[in-house]
Amino acid sequence: MATTDIASPTPLAEPSPRQILLRRILRHKGLLFGGTVFLAIVIAALFGPLLVEHGPFEQDLKQRLVPPVWYDGGDASHLLGTDHLGRDYLARLLYGARISLFIGLTVALISGLIGTTLGVLAGYLGGRVDTVVMFLITTRLAMPVILVALAVVALIGSSLQTVILVLGFLLWERYALVLRSSTMQARSMDYVEAAKAQGCSTTWILLREIMPNIVNNLIVVATLEMAHAIILEAALSFLGLGVQPPLPSWGLMVAEGREFMLFDAWLITIPGVMLFLLVLAINLMGDGIRDVTAPEGR
Amino acid sequence: MIAYAAKRLGLALLVAVAVSAASFGLLYLTGDPATAIVGPSGTDADIANVRRVYGFERPIVVQYVDWLWRAVHGDLGTSFFFKLPVHDLLADRLPITLTLGLTAIVFAVVLAIPLGVAAAVRPNSLVDRLALVLSVTGQALPSFWFGLMLIVLFSVIYPILPSSGTESWKSFVLPSVVLGYYATPAIMRLTRSGMIEVLESDYIRTARAKGLYRSSVLFKHALRNAIIPVVSLSAAQFGFMLAGSVVVESVFALQGAGRLAWESITRGDLPTVQAIILIFSIAYVVLTLLADLLNAWLDPRIRVT
Repeated sequence: MATTDIASPTPLAEPSPRQILLRRILRHKGLLFGGTVFLAIVIAALFGPLLVEHGPFEQDLKQRLVPPVWYDGGDASHLLGTDHLGRDYLARLLYGARISLFIGLTVALISGLIGTTLGVLAGYLGGRVDTVVMFLITTRLAMPVILVALAVVALIGSSLQTVILVLGFLLWERYALVLRSSTMQARSMDYVEAAKAQGCSTTWILLREIMPNIVNNLIVVATLEMAHAIILEAALSFLGLGVQPPLPSWGLMVAEGREFMLFDAWLITIPGVMLFLLVLAINLMGDGIRDVTAPEGR
Repeated sequence: MIAYAAKRLGLALLVAVAVSAASFGLLYLTGDPATAIVGPSGTDADIANVRRVYGFERPIVVQYVDWLWRAVHGDLGTSFFFKLPVHDLLADRLPITLTLGLTAIVFAVVLAIPLGVAAAVRPNSLVDRLALVLSVTGQALPSFWFGLMLIVLFSVIYPILPSSGTESWKSFVLPSVVLGYYATPAIMRLTRSGMIEVLESDYIRTARAKGLYRSSVLFKHALRNAIIPVVSLSAAQFGFMLAGSVVVESVFALQGAGRLAWESITRGDLPTVQAIILIFSIAYVVLTLLADLLNAWLDPRIRVT
């Protein structure tokens, strides 16, 4: 024993796949930046409203359009100032973050369920199923999303739930396209043949053999669609057919501040910058996850 | 080529029918359009009257076929709000939206293709990084907010461009930039990746080995091949821009079809909404069809698969 220890020193530990992944993540600047900003916004959305002294719906008509604290006439009790109804802008901004994040997550989930199911089935079964799914995707792409969403929301009545459902049922096509092609690639792999030879059922093969191998692509599309949903919700709310007042949505805050933008541009700058940062962070995360999990394809 | 074209045309027709059914079906989401037209103050007699006048008592399939038949013949129905043929309304409004869409796509292509080529020629260079930053930020900019910020900047702080109206070409500068910037990242990324792939191919090496000028290799040999998918994408992006005009036209108060669509939605003017959704969808179908045919003509490999 002792002699072998001296003769052959222990080789350097081979890094585990997890360590390699961690190293790649830490080296990817976009992913790190996006992840940090996203995490900061999530934490602010969760705990921020508890720390701000004003509520997002509290009106104070004597304190209307107070500018943020770094302008002349700013007030330390309203760090980001107040809106045209005297509501604390910081409180509304933080509450609006919750709404954006909630909509992004739920829409990505609903559209993800629809798109993944269609894409995986089309990719695995091929033939007629594939033809029908491709036809559905082509038709969906031809429909103008924002117009259809506006029209449907207006007809059913605009509320948070309607916006989520409508966007969830509209934004599935990218999931279907991406997962269809990754399923097609996975289908021809040896492990799928092996599972078939063992007599596994189609459901088993799809869930236990195919899914784990395409889940990276699913996560990438989910992040990008989350960003897409957040931007669309903001646009719908901006046009008055999304989240309804008094709920603070960033898109709605821009719409409400628009009237005063010539004199108080910060009213639209602040929610707009937040929207931009959140979407940028999520997109960078999505791109980063793609680079880290599949370094070949940029 | 003819077989491919026939197949592709058949698909386009089927998609057009599906899209028209979807646009028509929107009207029935509320359940009963007659009550929506009459409004809350209407009596049962009013509702029955509206049903008879608009033909809502017929089976939905009959109504759809009738609507489609008229639409194919240029009769898009009558606006509930203006009491005018939708066709006449659109004749006023569509040219503005088309002008906006065309200037926007030209802006996007003129910005995106040179940047994409420059980025592909020197990957990871300063230009490539700049292109990446532009595309990443472009995808994250909400168009309505970008538009408002440009108004604040160029109509208020440095008043050189108008913030609304359609009097001169200047009125189209800001809206086209906002609408076009949105399509730039996708076109640039595709140009870049296509060029990188082509520049590594054997015939480019041959062309360089022959001692051809660098610019001739780049533009005559490489770009011509890399541009094929970019044409398709630009056509699709132009289609998306028509829909994007809804937001941009309401920011810049342009009286185009997009703004008309939004106003009609808020007024419950369903025939106008249906007609605009139908026209934008069909425009997309036709644009992608033309792009695919052009591609198949330029690149014989597409026809076979």
